[in-house]
Amino acid sequence: MTSVPPPPGSLLAARDLRKAYGPTLALDGAAFSIHPGEVVAVMGPSGSGKSTLLHCLAGIVPPDSGSITYAERELATMTDAERSALRRSEFGFVFQFGQLVPELTCVENVALPLRLNGTSRKAAEKAALGWMERLEVDDLKGKRPGEVSGGQGQRVAVARALVTEPRVLFADEPTGALDSLNGERVMELLTDAARSTNAAVVLVTHEARVAAYSDREIVVRDGKSRDMERAI
Amino acid sequence: MSARQWSRDLAMGARFACTGGREGWVRMLLTAVGVGLGVALLLLTTALPNVISARHDVEEARQDYNFATTIRPKADNTVLVGSTDTKWHTKDIRGRLLEPEGPRAPLPPGLSRFPAKGEMVVSPALKELLASDGAKLLRERLPYRITGTIGNSGLIGSQELAYYAGAEGMVPRAGGARVERLDAFGDPHPTTEKADPVLLMMTLVVFVVLLMPVAVFIAAAVRFGGERRDRRLAALRLVGSDSRMTRRIAAGEALAGALLGLVVGTAFFLAGRQVASSVEILGESVFPSYLNPSPALVALVAVAVPASAVLVTLFAMRGVVIEPLGVVRAAKQARRRLWWRLLLPLAGLAMLYPMVGNGRDSGNFNQYLVVGGVMLLLVGVTALLPWLVERVVARLGSGAVSWQLAVRRLQLSSGTAARMVNGIAVAVAGAIALQMLFAGVQSQYTKSTGRDPSRAQMEVDLSDHTQVALAGKEFKRTKGVRASVALSTGTFSGQRRDPDTSVGLTVGDCAALQELAHLPSCRDGDVFALSNPDASDTDYDAAMRAQLRPGRHVYIDPTYSDTRGREVSWTVPAGLQQAGARKDSLENISGLLVTPSALPAKAAPTLSRRVLVRLDESVRDAEEHVRNTAARLDPVADTYNWTAIEQSTKYTSLRTGLFVGAACVLALIGASLLVSQLEQLRERRKLLSSLVAFGTRRRTLGLSVLWQTAIPITLGLLLASTVGLTLGAVLLKMTATPVTVDWSSVLSMTGVGAAVVLAVTVLSLPPLLRLMRPDGLRTE
Amino acid sequence: MSIGHTLLGLLESGPRHGYDLKRAFDEKFGHDRPLHYGQVYSTMSRLLKNGLVEVDGIEAGGGPERKRYAITDAGITDVERWLATPEKPEEYLQSTLYTKVVLALLTHRNAADILDTQRAEHLRSMRILTDRKRRGDFADQMICDHALFHLEADLRWLELAAARLDKLRAEVAA
Repeated sequence: MTSVPPPPGSLLAARDLRKAYGPTLALDGAAFSIHPGEVVAVMGPSGSGKSTLLHCLAGIVPPDSGSITYAERELATMTDAERSALRRSEFGFVFQFGQLVPELTCVENVALPLRLNGTSRKAAEKAALGWMERLEVDDLKGKRPGEVSGGQGQRVAVARALVTEPRVLFADEPTGALDSLNGERVMELLTDAARSTNAAVVLVTHEARVAAYSDREIVVRDGKSRDMERAI
Repeated sequence: MSARQWSRDLAMGARFACTGGREGWVRMLLTAVGVGLGVALLLLTTALPNVISARHDVEEARQDYNFATTIRPKADNTVLVGSTDTKWHTKDIRGRLLEPEGPRAPLPPGLSRFPAKGEMVVSPALKELLASDGAKLLRERLPYRITGTIGNSGLIGSQELAYYAGAEGMVPRAGGARVERLDAFGDPHPTTEKADPVLLMMTLVVFVVLLMPVAVFIAAAVRFGGERRDRRLAALRLVGSDSRMTRRIAAGEALAGALLGLVVGTAFFLAGRQVASSVEILGESVFPSYLNPSPALVALVAVAVPASAVLVTLFAMRGVVIEPLGVVRAAKQARRRLWWRLLLPLAGLAMLYPMVGNGRDSGNFNQYLVVGGVMLLLVGVTALLPWLVERVVARLGSGAVSWQLAVRRLQLSSGTAARMVNGIAVAVAGAIALQMLFAGVQSQYTKSTGRDPSRAQMEVDLSDHTQVALAGKEFKRTKGVRASVALSTGTFSGQRRDPDTSVGLTVGDCAALQELAHLPSCRDGDVFALSNPDASDTDYDAAMRAQLRPGRHVYIDPTYSDTRGREVSWTVPAGLQQAGARKDSLENISGLLVTPSALPAKAAPTLSRRVLVRLDESVRDAEEHVRNTAARLDPVADTYNWTAIEQSTKYTSLRTGLFVGAACVLALIGASLLVSQLEQLRERRKLLSSLVAFGTRRRTLGLSVLWQTAIPITLGLLLASTVGLTLGAVLLKMTATPVTVDWSSVLSMTGVGAAVVLAVTVLSLPPLLRLMRPDGLRTE
Repeated sequence: MSIGHTLLGLLESGPRHGYDLKRAFDEKFGHDRPLHYGQVYSTMSRLLKNGLVEVDGIEAGGGPERKRYAITDAGITDVERWLATPEKPEEYLQSTLYTKVVLALLTHRNAADILDTQRAEHLRSMRILTDRKRRGDFADQMICDHALFHLEADLRWLELAAARLDKLRAEVAA
């Protein structure tokens, strides 16, 4: 099931991914592909390797073997610095928690990726405020992450992930720490915003109602992936 | 509240500390190691007085100068002792030649029998040195067979280099000369010198300055991992303990760490005590048995450390509100107030102020006021620094991302940052003050030798039965010697006994004399007169001139009331020529310059003789070759290097003590900085990983860590410099010394402080890089 | 739940009498509601008529007539198609799904595929509902949410079943 070449026109595609952490095999021949503007949910039981798949796809963790191509470039042949630059400019990230810098205000947090790319503080914070408006958290700009609620914090995190207008947005359990109402609102805003910029979204989740915001679903079990669209 | 409740809560906290799982253990271990290091240093310090007195006792017991003006008669209970001290590179070697003159001759301490001629008894360290590969020249210098080792009772330190060699046919001379006749070792008239009040004050200040940072450090160590612990305490509130109870439980946890720290510190100290026998710091070593802290001070440490752990925790938690559902570090924390923080240093100044202008002559300084004042000033640093950091950081503007991250973090928790650098600030403030004090009073304890090390580098003072001219030739032939100047000096006078005026007499060949003065011409047999170059005392000058008239009948080595001279009669030669003073003369001489054959043969033994040596610095071990030649020609010759100045040994050892202490303290503080830095990094592991995930450069994060330490450290060093300069100025005024700022020492001390921070940052970079690996995201 | 497909599936492991079929059904699937023999009888005659089973032999004896039924090739194809077709996601689906999984295990078919197919179908429905919810008014949202929560419960059961297939296989084989 894994040796099938990725469908043409994929923005990000992976084949035969293998990754071991010590004796545990986190990925065992997983495959993945996503088109621009597509939202793909990666589901599976905990410990199945879905987070590892996301880390590999995002170039955070190099796989032991297999290939990952992003916009026809092979990630394995890129240096760490090049991959970091790629993550800075082309990718965005939302995690479950622990991602906002507690000392910075919300708007500074959102502006951070732009500033890392060399944008001036003023321009970065202006753009940041624009995204915060779209995610309905612009009134929090001067507050620190410790002073806002979980749902608000997660929206700030989404704004931060989108502020560089990435081509791929990686979201790892973005609603994991939220109640269903907040979670749904975050998902709505996230997918709306991503679609408006034609960003692809890799959405790791174990919640079906979150996965229902996707266009397509991939299930990871024991390090192997299964494309549910083709299973039918 | 009752004492029982207190002890119950403290005990519960202690139990929590021990049963906190792996994480709890690690935290307690960190605290224990930190406190232990401090305790070990405290114990070491409390043992220092004992070390000093133990070494002093040995010095007294083996003392072999009697300073008598007459030589005691030979008897069956006398021994001849020749002093053959020498040096091996920078290390001093204490050497003695022993010649027992009868069956009841006294043995020096540490010896069980006299070595025979050609044999020697050595200290263990010297034995080792002699057996080492590089010591060939030293083996040549001490050509004796080793037949035993000197016992500990005869040595002042484990690493002391010393030997006693057997000798025969030594000739004693009176008046502290190189060979003496003794009937007992040990100082016959032990004196209790009155301590120099300035030195005493400086000693006190050194102790306070060294111990204050240790105290500050212990206070910081008991709070290792405090933030995480606070979170756990919230859980206790949830199950129903009130906030006071919670604080006491927290104090109990700190207490457990401090108690364990006492144990660890004692272990460190005992281990260090054992190691002490094989360590040498700046040429000083001790025996483990010397390192016995006095019981009262030990008891004080044992009580003060745990007690301060409890107090520090209670005090540190006063700004922390522990609610059942988490720790509130008061979002709008009350701004730190300045007034009471200023009170501390001002009170310190007030305590020192009455003693300003005392100087050395107005008797002792009030010890309590000195210690109290210095302590308050230094504690003032720890009180002012958090306020200063808070104020300055709040005003820092924006900059690069790394700067922004660091500044924002500092704004949120400036207290933690200030705590981290408190120790360094106190140490640097104290050290700057002391450096200033030392630099200021240096002139009082340093005198010029009048020697010019660029003209000659070594001097060998020969004993009286050595042919000086021959010796001069021998030295000239020695490897590494460019030139040697052999001189004999003595005095003569017109009167046989108790002359009013005596005139110097310097004997040497033409080449040697030309090193001393400008001669018109010179052949053997010539005699020259050299007028006193700085003839300020005109009466004396006239009296001297009278004796220099050609044809004048004089006595070489006249007799003084207590010392009999040989009274060799001589006539000042007719052909006396005038010599011109030479500015760079090897010796500060006046009177007659005499070539050897112009001197009556009988006069030769009355002169003291020496050879000055100019070295070829490019030859390796040139000095050692000279010392070897000296030892071969004349074992009791005194060989030493020329220096431009010399310092009081007490002053030097105090200064040495300060350097050793400051090094230990800064190393300790550096270690604690590193520990708390790592602790902080570990707590932010997840955040660091996610920052890396969205492409933050490692450089950015590394820089932000650097800024985060550098900003408070810069402020700390600025404050430390201010307080240090103030304290230094006050101390100088107290010793009635003009106040001058020794900028080089200010720079060097702040430089050392900054270097510690840099070292800590560099050392914390590898763990930081490891933490920034994306594995940190995995636990999610 | 389709009793016809279930009985057909049971026949796949070998020809059986009508009474055996009822007993096997009750044992595996009829925990709370045992099958009436009449239901078996009528179902079998319908299957016979459609050519999905054939009579393998008749045993005379006391009591009712004892026909032995065997599955035909057409019957096997029918079971196959039934198993492969996901059920329309709706509430209280478990019993049918459970039957399908057990039958797949009994007949050594891939039970995981059945679960995954169903899962994809459920998610498809949820996507449609989610989409409708996002476009619709408040009432739509409320209604869709109700359905979504139920479908999510099903989906969770599917995930759980998938994780427990090995245990179930051992149970069924026993």
